Amino acid sequence: MKHLLSINDLTKVEAISILDTAEKLARVSDGPMKKLPTLRGRTIVNLFAEDSTRTRISFEAAAKRLSADVINFSAKGSSVSKGESLKDTAQTLQAMGADAVIIRHGASGAAQRLAELEWMSGSVINAGDGTHEHPSQALLDAFTIRKHLSKGASDLTGLRIAIVGDVLHSRVARSNVLLLTKLGAHVTLVSPPTLLPVGVQSWPVAVSYDFDSILESADVVMMLRIQLERMSDLFFPNAREYSRYFGLTKDRLASLKPGAIVMHPGPMNRGLEITADAADSARSVIVEQVTNGVSVRMAILYMLLAGAAEEIAI
Amino acid sequence: MSRYILKEATLPDGVVSDILIGDLRIETIASNLTDANAEVISAKGCIVLPGLVDLHTHLREPGREDSETVLSGSMAAAKGGYVAVSAMANTSPVADTAGVVEQVFRLGQEAGLVDVFPIGAVTQGLEGVALSEMGAMADSKAHVRVFSDDGHCVFDPLVMRRALEYVKKFDGVIAQHAQDPRLTSGSQMNEGEISSKLGLKGWPAVAEEAIIARDVLLAEHVQSRLHICHVTTAGGVEIIRWAKARGIKVTAEVTPHHLLLTDESATSYDPVFKVNPPLRTESDVLALRAGLADGTIDIVATDHAPHPVEAKECEWQEAAFGMLGLETALAIVNKTMVQTGLMNWEAVADRMSVSPARIGGYADHGQSVAAGAYANLTVINPTKISRVDRDLVASRSRNTPFHGIELPGVVEATFFKGKLTYRSAIGGENK
Repeated sequence: MKHLLSINDLTKVEAISILDTAEKLARVSDGPMKKLPTLRGRTIVNLFAEDSTRTRISFEAAAKRLSADVINFSAKGSSVSKGESLKDTAQTLQAMGADAVIIRHGASGAAQRLAELEWMSGSVINAGDGTHEHPSQALLDAFTIRKHLSKGASDLTGLRIAIVGDVLHSRVARSNVLLLTKLGAHVTLVSPPTLLPVGVQSWPVAVSYDFDSILESADVVMMLRIQLERMSDLFFPNAREYSRYFGLTKDRLASLKPGAIVMHPGPMNRGLEITADAADSARSVIVEQVTNGVSVRMAILYMLLAGAAEEIAI
Repeated sequence: MSRYILKEATLPDGVVSDILIGDLRIETIASNLTDANAEVISAKGCIVLPGLVDLHTHLREPGREDSETVLSGSMAAAKGGYVAVSAMANTSPVADTAGVVEQVFRLGQEAGLVDVFPIGAVTQGLEGVALSEMGAMADSKAHVRVFSDDGHCVFDPLVMRRALEYVKKFDGVIAQHAQDPRLTSGSQMNEGEISSKLGLKGWPAVAEEAIIARDVLLAEHVQSRLHICHVTTAGGVEIIRWAKARGIKVTAEVTPHHLLLTDESATSYDPVFKVNPPLRTESDVLALRAGLADGTIDIVATDHAPHPVEAKECEWQEAAFGMLGLETALAIVNKTMVQTGLMNWEAVADRMSVSPARIGGYADHGQSVAAGAYANLTVINPTKISRVDRDLVASRSRNTPFHGIELPGVVEATFFKGKLTYRSAIGGENK
């Protein structure tokens, strides 16, 4: 496998292999010597055409722990209309000898275009493209869920996972739906009807407009960020009404079954989709998601760049 | 003057005959014709259609001569078997005055390969607010009868009503780009299963259908002529079928690409498939074919929309809408309508020549293949296969969505008022 553009690029076996590798690599991160020499001499470019400090530093940390050289390329506003084209950027990176490009871009499909147009020869890793996909986020979410709830199983068979919020505009939701169902989980999308895409009927998920009705059965509640500007686009009346029906409040938190965990890809709007009580509760694994993100991204870089032949020396 | 004999040509009705083409007109249709002064061209196995007429063409001149000119567009048209095209008004400056339409008309005459009939803008600057000087354009040398804000919908119902009423003065027709702008703000592709997965903002079918429904009712109310550009949805076909049954004076067109391609193409994120209105679903494609076959949809129109490389070699959401159409239209109609058994060649002649000429009021065109008629003729070999190559197009742009695919049907020759404006490379030289 050369690129990671979509969860669809992964078989179930490959996905599990990434999670297993991440587990081994996590032990390295926990040890006294955090660095592995695996990608020494390789050049990895963080091409971020859209702001995302969290994802960028997570990939940067992952690459550096594998001893790669990391170049941060901020191409904000990269587009035909606003300046340098994706093609010119790609050719620049090619000329600099990038072995892999981690791309965050506001346009859906940007990573796929970069990978398929032969403007550059390196691997392309999609770190979030428009409202399409964010595969590394889904992998770190699956890793976190598996760690807490799989009871030793390698996949997520039988777990009930609710993804709550703005599914329509969420690349996190799209990648998670593909990955979590691939790993055997039952996924329910919980959202106001306005924030579900037309066509969601074709997704391998259940849909509910009633958050309360799924609280008692969910093993995982994954909250999505709500952007306040959606209000002006008439997706919901106001923030208070949204929180009333779709926020993870103290009362809803109390209704969750024992052992259920609360997740959020960040950054959170405290008080809107999630209250401080829920975000900071013992059920919350939100901070741990960030930690796991580094291990999972190390595993992705390892898989794409080091190849299967190289064993992890721990 | 050159004279030609097409030997053993198959006429649209299936009769095989020779055709003697003289100055301007068809002189004789009979078997075993000879003429010492005529060049003989074998048309064995070829269908000879009345020259094709396109009611929806973007020639980009004036303003975007980097993507197409009236001359290069005329060459692409001749290569596609066309003898007349209708130049859309969204040029720069907009064709909303007699001056601009006369300029485009004159450029067409100078190119001399097809008749270029300018379409006038309905509203000034395509802004949808104030009517353009449609009367002046109608009275100009360009003799405009078709008016359209194509690319933009005439959204304000009062503006649409007034436009429909006003063009009755000179038997004009309003060609509506049916797209509710509020329902399609920022839209990138058909709204449905594919868009939900790709994360591209959807362009719902209802945004087209709602405008078609409104406009057929307006056309009925003011008893005027309405033409619906590029219908793409099964629902749109249904509404037009209903309107026609009710006696409303509505006509409609479908593009070749909407007869063949679906929104599945967008999974490549290759903007060569980005077009407005967007490619729809398989069931829409089948409804469009059925509508064209039964005459609910009157004509095929290309919506030929050239764009420079950089407008397509980018992210999907940054790319321009539109695709080339003139050079592949007839082969696609052959593939989707004739080879599927939905239409015969007489029906093709109607949908691609006779009816578009009637709707546009182009009296010199759409005449039947008969002695005395203008020698506007398209010679197609319907069984010859050719592979589309974007590097070999006559158009100045290369944004064809059909690059690399094989299509059945090769235009062997095009005659425009007796003049050979195109001849395929095989069996003769390009003229």
